[in-house]
Amino acid sequence: MSYIEKPVARHPGMRTNALGLTPRDYEGSMSTLCAGCGHDSVTAALIQAFFELDVEPHRVAKLSGIGCSSKTPTYFVSQAHGFNSVHGRMPSIAAGANAANRDLLYVGISGDGDSLSIGLGQFLHAVRRNVNMLYVLENNGVYGLTKGQFSASADVGSKSKRGEVNRQGPIDPVDVALTLGASFVARSFSGDKDQLVPILEAGLRHEGFAFVDVISPCVTFNDHVGSTKSYAYTRTHMHEVVETDFVPIMAEITTRYAEGTVRAVTMHDGSSIRLRKVDEAYDPTDRAAVVDFLAAARERDEIATGLLYLGEAGEDMHAFSETVETPLVDVPFGELCPGAAALDEIQKAWR
Amino acid sequence: MASGSGPGVNDFALKVGTVNGTGSASANGLLLQALFRMGIPVSGKNVFPSNIQGLPTWYEIRVNRNGHTARSPDFQLVVAMNPQSYVRDIEEVASGGWILYDSSRELDDQLRREDVTFLGVPLAEMCVEHFEGARTRILMKNIAYVGALVSLLDIDMDVVKGMLEETFAKKPHLIDANLKAIELGARYAAEHFDCPLPIRLEAMDATKECVMVTGNQAAGLGCLYAGATVGAWYPITPSTSLMDSFTEFCHRFRVDPETGRKRFCIIQAEDELAAAGMVIGASWMGARAFTPTSGPGISLMSEFIGLAYYAEIPSVFFDVQRTGPSTGMPTRTQQGDILLCAYASHGDTKHICLYPANPKECFEFAVAAFDLAERFQTPVFVLSDLDIGMNDWMVPKLEWDDAYVPDRGKVLSASEIEEAESFYRYLDVDGDHIPYRTLPGVHPKGAYFTRGSGHDKYGRYTEGSDEYVEVVDRLRDKVDSAGDRVPQPEVFGERALTEGGTRYGLISLGGCHWAVLEAREDLAARGVELDYLRVRGFPFCGDVEAFLEHHERIFVVEQNRDEQLRRLLLMETACPKEKLESITYYGGQPLSKGHVLDGLAAHVGLAEAAAP
Repeated sequence: MSYIEKPVARHPGMRTNALGLTPRDYEGSMSTLCAGCGHDSVTAALIQAFFELDVEPHRVAKLSGIGCSSKTPTYFVSQAHGFNSVHGRMPSIAAGANAANRDLLYVGISGDGDSLSIGLGQFLHAVRRNVNMLYVLENNGVYGLTKGQFSASADVGSKSKRGEVNRQGPIDPVDVALTLGASFVARSFSGDKDQLVPILEAGLRHEGFAFVDVISPCVTFNDHVGSTKSYAYTRTHMHEVVETDFVPIMAEITTRYAEGTVRAVTMHDGSSIRLRKVDEAYDPTDRAAVVDFLAAARERDEIATGLLYLGEAGEDMHAFSETVETPLVDVPFGELCPGAAALDEIQKAWR
Repeated sequence: MASGSGPGVNDFALKVGTVNGTGSASANGLLLQALFRMGIPVSGKNVFPSNIQGLPTWYEIRVNRNGHTARSPDFQLVVAMNPQSYVRDIEEVASGGWILYDSSRELDDQLRREDVTFLGVPLAEMCVEHFEGARTRILMKNIAYVGALVSLLDIDMDVVKGMLEETFAKKPHLIDANLKAIELGARYAAEHFDCPLPIRLEAMDATKECVMVTGNQAAGLGCLYAGATVGAWYPITPSTSLMDSFTEFCHRFRVDPETGRKRFCIIQAEDELAAAGMVIGASWMGARAFTPTSGPGISLMSEFIGLAYYAEIPSVFFDVQRTGPSTGMPTRTQQGDILLCAYASHGDTKHICLYPANPKECFEFAVAAFDLAERFQTPVFVLSDLDIGMNDWMVPKLEWDDAYVPDRGKVLSASEIEEAESFYRYLDVDGDHIPYRTLPGVHPKGAYFTRGSGHDKYGRYTEGSDEYVEVVDRLRDKVDSAGDRVPQPEVFGERALTEGGTRYGLISLGGCHWAVLEAREDLAARGVELDYLRVRGFPFCGDVEAFLEHHERIFVVEQNRDEQLRRLLLMETACPKEKLESITYYGGQPLSKGHVLDGLAAHVGLAEAAAP
């Protein structure tokens, strides 16, 4: 890890976004993770995504549980409120926070231990509840802070640094999210920023629960030969099935994809996601087909990546609850408390 | 207030034994409310199984012209409607009392007792004759025993009729059916027995300023009035009806008439852990949020409670206590979570706890809990119990002051943040141990990182000893300083807090209060005066210390095995161990005065207690 104070460097020629902010304004404190950690690349991609989306930093709420991944919210958007909660319980904090203030942009950062073992229940229910948030699972197949135990996403046959071979089947969070009806499901790789940034941008703008599983190698405990979550293994086995580009509302539509193969999906705010199928047979809007495709890819030891599924967002937690548009924290007390006269009226039924 | 007539008038207890799931709850509710409307002080205790249909269930009604509402186990009358529980029910009636039973089936001779009067009414036969359909016949049989009691106890028939008309205003055919059942029972009793019995009712004027309500209804209403907008919960007996109440009142008062949208968000969580997380998340955002639960839920929430304590996030927890440990007896009452809540979670923690004694205080303390939670930026527990939460209590009408302004505590507005030279979340700027707080989304300068990991007073992560100690010491002082702000104790005895009070004293809390008051009155009639203090909040305040200091021996009355209030007093005050003795009852029923008197007699002879 780095041990020096993070220098404040502002280059006069640094590009600014629509708010006049530079990418620096979306950074946080210095990472304390191991040099080369995949999570730091995810953090960098998030910083770029927030910058490019012209997000007001203080309108972001960033949350996490416990673990290496969960440390990262301190490393981006320092002017946003952050919440590093308890192990596996970030989704409930996010749901409660969102219930109280629906107007902020929620980003949850989790890991495979946090979301697939101790917090599997909360993760599943956040999907089911369709909490409007971007949920990033930084997946390295291993417990880093406790020094290298397998996590629930470790593949069968994957070898630990100590030489132990994992024999229990993995929980694939993408599979789980799809099965539970998530409307935005992606998998990416921390080493592929070109793919990751547009996916994160689209996820931030998606209305409803947007899930991104990012293979994010642990350089210290799971980057050796025999690991299926190493940089080398991921690079050689990943197969991008859909290329994604995110087009903000005002941006000129320029695409690097050949016309005719592109499918544009317009978001609620007018921005659009443009998907290009790399795999001819792949349909990112057909949930059942995606589930089958992914199962087949797994059989081939292939890591399918991209914005794998995009559907109608459906009703989110606030729609289920029929909550007012005004964030509940902003509803004046006078509209919440019925007062003395009403209390008398209520009590007539208790006579 | 007392009626001038004979000893059994407006002063007796009765018990109804039925089968759960047969509609007896409505019949018993009707009975209780009728007595209440006759102006007679009354209390009802539902003794029910953890089951939906088919097991024995009981309803106890106590009528007391002097206003005592604690449970009385001396039943002068038992209504035995369930052959499954005949043996026990018949055993329980006091000598000289009465047993009303369904004589459609011959009573086994072995069940007969010589010292009580059996009143057989062929309820099932009458209902088979007058009603169609199995379900209706079962329901009406229960209404018919109420009818028999109308004659036997001299219940005002007009009151009963009025209630039926109100209850079934939208289903007039049910008024007729119910009224017919009432009249069948009443007529049979009048024709066959010497009505009314010596235990009977006479209208009074003692309930006019009162309402009949459960603690959970009142607490749910308190959350509405306090302005809570987010409620997260996982269903658990006996707290479920608290969220039901909040939901009902929110639908009535918090729905925008134009859009139909709701100014509240109730989330049924996947478990109690998540419920606690949601409360903390919502409170972090600045909403007033709460969760109702019971002991098992507090166990599960403990990790989050520690987070809220350490990260200083206001949060309100209602613990409607039931009999533990583990699953325990989910439908029986206890005060078994006093220590659990006071110190919930690992590490050094201590929490503000409020102990309501009846539904009125459930309402008031619900509001107080949100104010305290936000003022002190910490979890607050309201500990009621199954008896208070689920039973109908006669209490003085709830009151509301329209001038009430929620105490949001030290929260900085956008302009205050803008103008501030600096903002550090955990810095004790005012020297009152309470730091300033900012809410997410308000201002970029207000941003900070909330964490349950070690942090210094500036809110930065730390593993440094001194920086850590500085913050947790302030937390200790902060929570201790709440002792003067929690509801103050109720003190009985003119010189209870100074020199010159009684030699011995009593301390209790929560629902024990009513049995203690009654026992005290009994003792006073026998010339034994005892000062008494009812604790209403934790941390303890100076009055508690003063009371402990000024009595030679103090008997702590509570409903748990392990003397939890006594231990808490010993840990948290200067009181020497030998001064405090316990009177405990923890069998799952509400406390009765007999428990207090017997306990006292076991410790000291009553004559000794009377000595100056």
